[in-house]
Amino acid sequence: MKKRHLVVVLIMMIAASGLLTGCGSDKPVLNVYNWGEYMDPEVIQMFEDEFQVKVNYKTYPTNEDMYAKLKSGSAEFDVVFPSDYMLERMIKEDMVAKIDMANIPNYSNINDRFKNLPYDPNNEYSVPYFWGTLGILYNTTMVDEQVDSWASLWDEKYAKQILILDSSRDSIGMALKYLGYSLNTTSDAELAEAKALLLEQKPLVLAYVVDETRNMMVQGEAAMALTWSGEAIDLAAENEDLAYALPKEGSNLWFDVAAIPKNSPNQELAEAFINFLNRPDIAYLNASYVGYSTPNTAAYDQLDDEIKSADSYYPSDDVLDRCEVFYDLGDYNDVYHELWLDIMIDNK
Amino acid sequence: MKKFDGIVYFYGIWVAVLVVLPLLILVLLSFTSGDIYDLSSLTLTLDNYKAALDPSYIGVMMHSLWLAFITNVICLVIGYPVAYIITGLNPRIRNTMVLLILAPMWSNFLLRTYSWMLVLGNNGPINSVLESIGLGTVQLMYNNFGVILGMVYNFLPFMILPIYLSLTRIDNALVEAARDLGATSKDVFFKVKLPLSMPGVFSGTTLVFLPAITTFVISRLLGGGQYVLIGNLIEHKFMVQNDWQVGAAIAVIVAIILLVVLGVLRKLARGRLELSLW
Amino acid sequence: MVKPLKRILIGGLLLFLYLPIIVLALYSFNASEYLGRWEGFSLKWYGALFSNAEIAEALYYTLGVALLATIIATAIGVLASIGLFYSKAKIKKHVMTANYLPIVNPDLITGISLMMFFVFFRARFGFSTMLLAHIIFDVAYVIVVVMPKMMQIDFAQVEAAMDLGANQWVIIGRVILPQIKQGVLAGALLAFTMSIDDFVISFFTAGNRATNLSIAIYSMARRGIKPYVNALATLMFVGIILLIFFINRINDSKKDNENGRLIG
Repeated sequence: MKKRHLVVVLIMMIAASGLLTGCGSDKPVLNVYNWGEYMDPEVIQMFEDEFQVKVNYKTYPTNEDMYAKLKSGSAEFDVVFPSDYMLERMIKEDMVAKIDMANIPNYSNINDRFKNLPYDPNNEYSVPYFWGTLGILYNTTMVDEQVDSWASLWDEKYAKQILILDSSRDSIGMALKYLGYSLNTTSDAELAEAKALLLEQKPLVLAYVVDETRNMMVQGEAAMALTWSGEAIDLAAENEDLAYALPKEGSNLWFDVAAIPKNSPNQELAEAFINFLNRPDIAYLNASYVGYSTPNTAAYDQLDDEIKSADSYYPSDDVLDRCEVFYDLGDYNDVYHELWLDIMIDNK
Repeated sequence: MKKFDGIVYFYGIWVAVLVVLPLLILVLLSFTSGDIYDLSSLTLTLDNYKAALDPSYIGVMMHSLWLAFITNVICLVIGYPVAYIITGLNPRIRNTMVLLILAPMWSNFLLRTYSWMLVLGNNGPINSVLESIGLGTVQLMYNNFGVILGMVYNFLPFMILPIYLSLTRIDNALVEAARDLGATSKDVFFKVKLPLSMPGVFSGTTLVFLPAITTFVISRLLGGGQYVLIGNLIEHKFMVQNDWQVGAAIAVIVAIILLVVLGVLRKLARGRLELSLW
Repeated sequence: MVKPLKRILIGGLLLFLYLPIIVLALYSFNASEYLGRWEGFSLKWYGALFSNAEIAEALYYTLGVALLATIIATAIGVLASIGLFYSKAKIKKHVMTANYLPIVNPDLITGISLMMFFVFFRARFGFSTMLLAHIIFDVAYVIVVVMPKMMQIDFAQVEAAMDLGANQWVIIGRVILPQIKQGVLAGALLAFTMSIDDFVISFFTAGNRATNLSIAIYSMARRGIKPYVNALATLMFVGIILLIFFINRINDSKKDNENGRLIG
């Protein structure tokens, strides 16, 4: 008897929280699919108010998860935020629509440096959202030497104090750059060298991590970590002990971009949204909220001088010149993935 | 029994359509090569199974089985006594205890695992205590200990619950009868309670051992990527390499192995203790 | 067994089970957003929680799906257990083997296969597809727990009822259910536990309309799980503990003569 009462109460609670989500409205709906915590909720609210639409905002943990959902046809979205290599794959598989750039006048706010990139050479399918580099996050109280080369991640002095990313392109890329090769190489010989190098590194690695880097470094569990600039800068800002270095051999330049899936129900609204995101005030809001490097010059200008001059955040052009963007290597991608799997499974 | 035929038909159809059929799609895919989104490009092949039977993958499978086995044993060793003790408690407290034991599993998995990583870390509370009493820091994470601890933590409640259930319904009349016939407490346990609680042990084992073989997040987070288990492998194939066909082949092989294991467990339970679960 | 030893074991177990929970609750009051770096006491995350629309939506789906799936799956699972227990060996064997598939397969396989299945039937992805997916795997768990209970039924009573001409529903409702009550409740509890924290299967069957707490939290992992998530988890826990005590109070006052049997 009492159980039934409980059930009623609980159902009422659910109904109550359901009201909070404002289900049911006849405004046009914009379906946005993004990484978690990657957009200021205020921005979404402002768009809803200004354009009198409802934004259906959903999140995904990785590019691959987003890709699987989109490819299966189980979910339609108007705007998604793939990383560079994923966009390239989506273009090849005809999953994204060409954007009518005439509808995105705010595109002029994008730094020219971030146009005509390898993954979208004619700027037809995407508008950059955030960018960054791949580098070394290190704890200055635990590392005495100067960290300016990938070699630091192979330094035996720091055995079992190093965190490496469980990500094939990134980690193999690290080895390739250290060897002086391109991280888009399709040379079996070069990859074999990289593999050997990575196996050498394995005994020194405390753990191959995905998202736990930040917690581990903040807790002082490791001395160095291979990680992306966005995260590193966040941490370094909070924790004076931590610093970020972009190795002199060069590294990876990554982009997360806004794109419109081919099956978007409302491409016009999607373009309006992307344009909105690049309005100076909006781009600035997002840049502050997310804390990653913004490709939008209007937003950049509004940032504190301290951030603008930070090397880690906004490295100089000659540093950027040494960085490469990932190419989608088609079938050769699998060589990288299999190689990484081998390294992971290896138990010697 | 005739009376329940309707129900059985209903459930039979439910299982066939909603459990087996969706899996058949993947099984079929495992025998094809080509673009899975362009059906006309598919050809039948056994290549996926050849790839799935790669020797290093077999090693991964062995490792997964081993880890799951240890987890199960530890859960049993801790779980059985705990279930036994709870059964002996005042009925009012018993209910609360069971709920309290399951409740941690209602928190978000990532959250509680990150919390464990904080606790087990070299700078975490446990090591701080160890250091202060002069034992120095011990590596509690990114090794076998951490992974097994994580596994046991997340599976223990599922071992305790079924065993507790089977212990609670043991008819007191049986226990009294045994006592009347001169049985000691030890006899009562080994000859009455233990055998009658075997259905619970069997359930508990299936709820722990089987899922433990295919989990991978625990081992990835607490093992630092050094523990590639069969679950990681399947995930890598499906998501990273976007090779659903080989992934499906591996999954099929794993499912067959596990169903065989299940069959063996069932025979064991049945043979010795007349379990008529099925 | 010696009493203090029992106390230590149970106490130790509870400490072990609740250690991470206590830690995550502690850090919900952390002024810093980083786990492991305590920067002072703050209630700001609790404040942030109440204006967060995304989390509210996720909570709604999580609770809604978990509760509905639990109720429906328990009903189906219990009926199925009863029917199967008394059916012929061959049918029992095949259906039970199939029943174990959701438990034996990795979540990813169940999730992807259901996603493709729903796509094939052009289902409208959202709450209903997620709910159906949850019911499917919850039923499997319910049966695993309820089946053993069927063994402990006094079949004489069932026979008597049949002899007296009772139909299946009366037999189930009046004779069988009361004897397996604990099993039913335990099955429901297990189903709820499996549903409330599911990520993979929910993710693939959600389409663009549905979501849940697990999805929201996993999606935050790359950027760091902010402590308002800890705050939510803490609040949910406090709520659950209060609920448990509330239930106990009701049961206590309800009967002083009856043997209190919610679960046991």
